[in-house]
Amino acid sequence: MLKFALGRLLQAIPVLLVVISMTFMLVHSAPGGPFSADKAVPAEVLAALEAQYNLDQPLWRQYVSYLGDVLKGDLGPSFKYPGRSVNELIASGLPTTAELGLYAMLVAVFIGVLAGVTASMRPNTLQDYVPMSAAMIGICMPSFLLGPLLVLIFGIHLEWLPVSGWGQIPGDKILPAITLGTGYAAYIARLSRGGMLEVLSQDYIRTARAKGLPEFVIIGKHALRGGLVPVVAFLGPAFAGLLGGSFVVETIFQIPGLGRFYVQAAFNRDYTMILGSTVFFATLIILFNLLSDMLAIWLNPKLRQQVRGDAE
Amino acid sequence: MKQSPLRSKHAPMSVGAAIVFFALLAGCGESETNVQSGNRTGTLHWGNAAEPQALDPHIATGVPEHHIIGALMEGLVVKNRDTLKPIPGMAKDWSISDDGLVYTFTIRGDARWSNGDVLNAHDFAWSWWRALQPKLGNLYAYMYFPIANARQYYQGDIEDFSEVGIVAIDDLTLEVTLENPTPYFLQLLDHYSLFPVHRATIEQHGEPDERGTRWTYAGNMVSNGAFKLTEWEINRAVIVDKNPHYYASDDVRLNRVVFYPTENQTTEERMFRAGQLHYTDDVPIDKIETYRAAKNPALKINPYLGTYFYRLNMRVPHLQDSRVRRALAMTIDRQLITDKVLKAGQIPAYAMTPPNTLGYYPPTTFSFDPAAARKLLADAGYPNGDGFPVTEILYNTNEAHRKVAIAIQQMWREHLNIEVQLLNQEWKVYLDSESSGDYQISRAGWIGDYVDPNNFLDMWLCGGGNNRTGWCNPEYDRLILEQAPSAATEAERHAIFKRAETILLEDLPVLPIYTYTSKHLVHPSVKNVASNILNQNYFRDIYLQPASD
Repeated sequence: MLKFALGRLLQAIPVLLVVISMTFMLVHSAPGGPFSADKAVPAEVLAALEAQYNLDQPLWRQYVSYLGDVLKGDLGPSFKYPGRSVNELIASGLPTTAELGLYAMLVAVFIGVLAGVTASMRPNTLQDYVPMSAAMIGICMPSFLLGPLLVLIFGIHLEWLPVSGWGQIPGDKILPAITLGTGYAAYIARLSRGGMLEVLSQDYIRTARAKGLPEFVIIGKHALRGGLVPVVAFLGPAFAGLLGGSFVVETIFQIPGLGRFYVQAAFNRDYTMILGSTVFFATLIILFNLLSDMLAIWLNPKLRQQVRGDAE
Repeated sequence: MKQSPLRSKHAPMSVGAAIVFFALLAGCGESETNVQSGNRTGTLHWGNAAEPQALDPHIATGVPEHHIIGALMEGLVVKNRDTLKPIPGMAKDWSISDDGLVYTFTIRGDARWSNGDVLNAHDFAWSWWRALQPKLGNLYAYMYFPIANARQYYQGDIEDFSEVGIVAIDDLTLEVTLENPTPYFLQLLDHYSLFPVHRATIEQHGEPDERGTRWTYAGNMVSNGAFKLTEWEINRAVIVDKNPHYYASDDVRLNRVVFYPTENQTTEERMFRAGQLHYTDDVPIDKIETYRAAKNPALKINPYLGTYFYRLNMRVPHLQDSRVRRALAMTIDRQLITDKVLKAGQIPAYAMTPPNTLGYYPPTTFSFDPAAARKLLADAGYPNGDGFPVTEILYNTNEAHRKVAIAIQQMWREHLNIEVQLLNQEWKVYLDSESSGDYQISRAGWIGDYVDPNNFLDMWLCGGGNNRTGWCNPEYDRLILEQAPSAATEAERHAIFKRAETILLEDLPVLPIYTYTSKHLVHPSVKNVASNILNQNYFRDIYLQPASD
């Protein structure tokens, strides 16, 4: 297992290098620079600014020195926010985004598993169709529609919940978590329904039924564990996706997370911030994929055998 | 409000989810809104459009920064919030020599920094020296250029700062010598680029001309305004508290201002409705009608010193004929655009300078006249628009810009029978296209930094950085650069500007479209919010008075 993990981590190095190189080329070839502004920037000011951020150097030298800095863990200064480093900006946004992602994930798992299991208990009946249709709508409904809709209902009309913010007013975390979690809840519902249906047709469930166990115990104790394996495999990439994909929700609800920085950085041509966030997210996705693969291996004896066989 | 998901080792995750979910729900219920608690504690909740890039007055450039820095710092003069007339700030009074060249300021004896240090004339001299260091990258350095030799020093033609017209005669006297008489000089002093900064703090955190040191962080910053920086949480809020060392702190009635980066207008409007904000930076264009219809007193619309216009690229062959440019100008029904498309009280513009810019009224050289325009176009060789090349309007991606462009496209098609295409580009790409001259017609806006026609006219000088049209007229340059600065009286100066602007409007390298308005939602409890054309607020004057009081 350790060997497997090490091998995967080694593979990650060229992947990251490609990500950095491509992003570096893309940001530098995009029209408009970090210092272009509505009002003309005098040549001497532009020269002073470019010198300060090494933009007056040849591109290859900038690239090499950037790689050197990244190796040292230094993602450089932000161009847009003088005085802030990219490390600092990521560190300031990450806890919020991670918290939002965690709550969204819990909402997703709670709703998704509940809906999926309910549906799987009576396949092809109303009890199946209703939650699964809801799940389909959930998958199709983009968060930029769902968010404002929830805000209008619960924030403006009913006045139950705050319409924006994060940790400033009690209850302001509920709507963002639900908005972000719903799409994933829908996926999880479909995955858990599929997984449960497969497990419920297994012999050991028939045995349990024959023993006369109540349905509640059959589902909760025997079927759920096996039925949720596909969901568990999905959680790793899903969490990385939640962290990287929360910018719409962060914008709608005015949440000071990473996603907003990432998108703003692209608009601002904040080269170091774009690169830094991309490197950060790429690393995160690689790590989460590795974790969920390891989890899958650990859960599935067949795969475990295979890994062991490869190692020998 | 922190929830810890309690989970036993074997329980399914959904139990944890349920706990967190209900814990989240338990947190809500009947609670005070920001506006209610703010009115009780003297805290103003202010929608501030965007996260400030910097709070260093010699580095910052944007409007959101302007609001915060305006609360934190103060210049030699401030302005009356309604009339914009300069009134004493850090200088308790001043005198101007008869030739209008030498300004002598007396600093008030009770001027203090927020840490209690005495603020004197040397602080101003040092701050202005710093602002003129090229390495600092101060985009507003040109605000100093009316001062004798400031431009030469900034551009490196003069090495010795003592040759620049800034001298601290003694602790309380600052003498400023100008290059030419500059009637708007006092106004400039209320611009943040001329605000004083605390030398010891800056030197403690880096070199004076170093960009982006940490002296503006909460806990480090020392400032001289009615408020001091308490907290700066990135993308969350900037919080400023009343500064007890401010000379007029007894008159400051707010205890705290919280600035929120509300870059999404729709969210901002919802926050206002939910009582989370006292004041919004803007109002979404599609909401204005609703507020109007409901006669909601929160909606405040004021004229704003800014012009929305189109640049015409003089390097494009078919736009080089002034008759063509004139025909285009005469077939934009500006009234229709402001009344039916924008609907927020904008004023149709037929000149570059907004009307009544400190008593200056621009000339008009054309009006909406499709018949005359068709004749002009025919004279230029395009009768009934025949043979007129397909023309492209470039704008930065934005719903309002798109609507205006579509309206103009329709008008030109209808009145001139010419084909117009629309091209939208993302902001930085658009800036790049415009400044490199890679466009035919391009949308633009110009917001005044100070109230003077010069601010709207000197951008059209030959080769000026903000010209971008390739238009150049030596007579125009002579009027703006030589004649206007040496005018003896205000009336004479305005007459010269009028002559210059007539040249501009006869030739029309630009198509003025409308004069901006500023739009806000203001909670009725907020008093003394400014309604001036610079949209400039003075937080030291604002107070909160709930209706029940």
